[in-house]
Amino acid sequence: MLAWTIYITFIGVLVLLLLPRDNARAARVVALLTAIAGCVVALVGAMQQTNPGEVTTIVKVPWIPAIGANYYLAADGISLTLVVLTGLAAVTGILFSWNIESRTKEFFAFFLALIGGVYGVFLSFDLLLLFVFYELTIIPKYFLIARWGSTNKEYGAMKLAIYSFVGSHLVLIGLLAAWVVARGQLGHGSLDLIELSHVVFPVAFQHWVFPLVFVGFAILAGMWPFHTWAPTGHVAAPTAGSMLLAGVVMKLGAYGCLRVAMVLFPEGVREWQWAIAALAVAGIIYGAGVALVQQDFKFVIGYSSVSHMGFVLLGLATLNTIGLDGAVLQMFSHGIIAGLLFGVVGRMVYDRTHTRDFAQLEKMNVGKLVPFAAVTFVIAGVASMGLPGFSGFVAEFQVLMGAWQVYPKLTLLAGVGIVVGVAYTLRAVQKGFYADVPAAAPAPDEHPLPPITTPERIGAVLLIAASLVIGLFPSLLLNWIEPCFKSSLFERLLKGGAL
Amino acid sequence: MNHWLSLLTLVPFIGGIVIAGLGAERKNLVRGLALATSLVGLGGAICLWLHFDASQGGIQFPEKFAWVPALGVDYYLGVDGLGQLMVLLTAIVTPLAILASWNVADRPQVFHALVLWLQAGLFGTFTALNFFHWFMFWELGLIPAFFLVKLWGGPQRGPAATQFFIYTMVGSVALLLSFLAIWLATKTPTNPGCFDFIKLADLAKSGALTSQLEAAFGWKNISLIVFFGAFLGFAVKVPVIPFHTWLPAAYSEAPSSVTMLLTGVMSKMGMYGFLRILLPIFPEQIRQMLTPLLWLALATIVLSACAAFAQKDLKRMLAYSSINHLGYCLLALFAAVSVATTVNEPALQKAAALDGAMLQMFNHGLTASALFLFVSLLEKRSGGLRGLDDFGGIRKVVPVFTGLMGIALFSSLGLPGLNGFVGEFLIFKGVFPLAPWAAAISTIGILVTAIFLLTLIQRVFCGPLNERWAQLPDLTTAERWLVLPGIVLMFVLGIWPQFLLGAIDATVVKLVQQLNF
Repeated sequence: MLAWTIYITFIGVLVLLLLPRDNARAARVVALLTAIAGCVVALVGAMQQTNPGEVTTIVKVPWIPAIGANYYLAADGISLTLVVLTGLAAVTGILFSWNIESRTKEFFAFFLALIGGVYGVFLSFDLLLLFVFYELTIIPKYFLIARWGSTNKEYGAMKLAIYSFVGSHLVLIGLLAAWVVARGQLGHGSLDLIELSHVVFPVAFQHWVFPLVFVGFAILAGMWPFHTWAPTGHVAAPTAGSMLLAGVVMKLGAYGCLRVAMVLFPEGVREWQWAIAALAVAGIIYGAGVALVQQDFKFVIGYSSVSHMGFVLLGLATLNTIGLDGAVLQMFSHGIIAGLLFGVVGRMVYDRTHTRDFAQLEKMNVGKLVPFAAVTFVIAGVASMGLPGFSGFVAEFQVLMGAWQVYPKLTLLAGVGIVVGVAYTLRAVQKGFYADVPAAAPAPDEHPLPPITTPERIGAVLLIAASLVIGLFPSLLLNWIEPCFKSSLFERLLKGGAL
Repeated sequence: MNHWLSLLTLVPFIGGIVIAGLGAERKNLVRGLALATSLVGLGGAICLWLHFDASQGGIQFPEKFAWVPALGVDYYLGVDGLGQLMVLLTAIVTPLAILASWNVADRPQVFHALVLWLQAGLFGTFTALNFFHWFMFWELGLIPAFFLVKLWGGPQRGPAATQFFIYTMVGSVALLLSFLAIWLATKTPTNPGCFDFIKLADLAKSGALTSQLEAAFGWKNISLIVFFGAFLGFAVKVPVIPFHTWLPAAYSEAPSSVTMLLTGVMSKMGMYGFLRILLPIFPEQIRQMLTPLLWLALATIVLSACAAFAQKDLKRMLAYSSINHLGYCLLALFAAVSVATTVNEPALQKAAALDGAMLQMFNHGLTASALFLFVSLLEKRSGGLRGLDDFGGIRKVVPVFTGLMGIALFSSLGLPGLNGFVGEFLIFKGVFPLAPWAAAISTIGILVTAIFLLTLIQRVFCGPLNERWAQLPDLTTAERWLVLPGIVLMFVLGIWPQFLLGAIDATVVKLVQQLNF
């Protein structure tokens, strides 16, 4: 059933392409219906999966037998979590780009193509298939930013595309090497993730190939110091683009790190564990520190993403169940919260005020003009700071718990990062919405901003609700995620680590 | 299984949501509903008080079921005498604060919703017994407080609110990391770690917690580091000098009704944390660090009194005086850990000190919020002026105001017959035999407090009348009714402290037993 998330989305792309060029309304409706259908399928499919701890095959047919490639879709609890996240991000992304007027149908076609690729990555258990879907997402990303973006859009789009390609080439080299070595052991070529996860690669081989594959994926996860595409890309992208970039595309990278690099090369992870943790914490602190001094509202959110993805990487580096649980939960949580933050800043504020410069916004009294945006940003900010009651808390809570066990000193540093996170969020709230308007500024009614539209309201409420529900009842997702790390797939990875 | 405590927390929370949904133009409905909700809270707290079995010191009205089994998190509520006392204090102060801000003009629906959410956070903090659950409310209280200061405060409200928030968050993160460490240390391969305050206290009593922490981390001093993290979390909230610098700015910039809540109940969150969490869970560590901690408490008492003496602004003066009063609680609770013995006599002293500390928390909540209420009434009349030297001789024009505020000031000063005396008396009675030198030094604080409060009375109320205030209106009938309950309670508690002591006695005895290992 879950495979239909991919199919429905690509069918949606086809339908969109067949629509007449100038019918923007139809394009929006088709895109929204497609996304909702995908989301519902994802949710229902995920709930039907009776045993989320084990990898459940959806479809497996031979594809290119000569190299051992299969069309192999499957899902375990981690995939389920991220597929549901993708569904939510797709629906809300479309709601937040309801006002796109220029070449609407193409915009939504690229948007859905990106979503389809993302679903594909999360459900692929064949390395070639996963890689194809992974590459597939780069093209729509590039066009979404280069055509519909703002501020340095060509630069941002190109930087993102180049970083992505460099990353995927590192991955490709590593996977080719793994394929060759695995064939030597198995006697036949295999790209089956499950099969490969039982191959014991030589330790020396793992030591050099793991960093290649891990860094290749981690570039997309925004790992410091390879994160620089993220802020520029986020800022240049249109609102829905930033929501997807931060919401799901960065998760592709982190998912690849966990699912491919770490599962295949457990000895390599152990060798480089300290480096991942150190880079993760560097990212947490650096991202937060840089976010604290930005003048552009979107850059604040862009750097905050780097900081929050640092928690995902830190969770991965713990190599214990609780830290990994936290990492996956943080992927979900950050997807929701970053999406919401970009929605507020990009759609609710920028599309109305046409500026993201704090110096300008401070004079506008945005908090009074669009109170809904202000309240939404405050709620999203509170969630983003990791205050309890929201999903971010449970996730970071577990990441820190796992990290305490392995790297107590780095954990204390990560704590500093949280405090800086509070500081930049407050600063953004203050400068973006509640700055005291100087007496000379025009009265609010002279600058009426368009009111918040219904699609925006629905989108914001959906995301807030998702974050709250997971924050209050984390078991809903933990029941999916936790059993995964007890399964045979992760056995070798966790066996040596402290449990 | 009953759900009274959940209901108590939910009522203001839901009330806040309903009120936030109303429009600003329906002002009467908004404030009426806010008051009604807070009165329901008060009624609930009184019912709880009446059904509370004071003869046993354990947790009553428990509600417990599994919440996040993977993390060992339970939804666990319950109160003992301490929690009960704080719930009652919150329930009393909130309606007063709502009445004090009756005429708030700017977005009244948001203002009152935030006040009610703050109340919900406080109720939750004082009833939750599982760290995860408790921490949620601990932080939930922070957000409304931040916005109440930020949006309705004085000219410097922005920086004041930000400073308040950041300081508290630094403490909260440290606290969080400490509890994560405890969780890891109490974790076994088959069971998740422990967040349950009651169970952790039992572990600490047997000394197992320290050794488990050391075993889990392999550091000799890890338990001390964990203790400092938790200490920082509470010390910022109380606050303990030198973590207090956010307080004068926040208290003086916040609208006075909000300051009533900040000083009346929010500062008690920190003290409650000390008594409920720090004392039972880290007795060994407190004992190890006893001398520095006592000095910290003394610094808090003496320096804040001196700082209050140097203030020219009434609200800042009272803000520092709040730090001073809570310093006595700290002194009492550190002294209560001092000697490890089961001999009867010190146990009695400890009980006296802890009784005094809890009583002082309640009394300070009552008196300080009454004082800020008076300042807000004065500000309303003077058009925002509240400098020590702005007035003079106004007792001639506002005799009723002078008399009633005088009673509150004397209660704050610790005059026998009023509530402030009983708490401080018990604290000194307990601390003196346990740590004579500390008790002796702390009396400097009492002396300075007397000096600055009398200065206040002299400069504001006595002396030649400042002609500017010749037409100052005295308290209206409605305002008299507003301050009356507080004043009556000050007398009642001063003359018949047994009313509160009876309820906390069994809890204190249990706490003392917990400390004697």
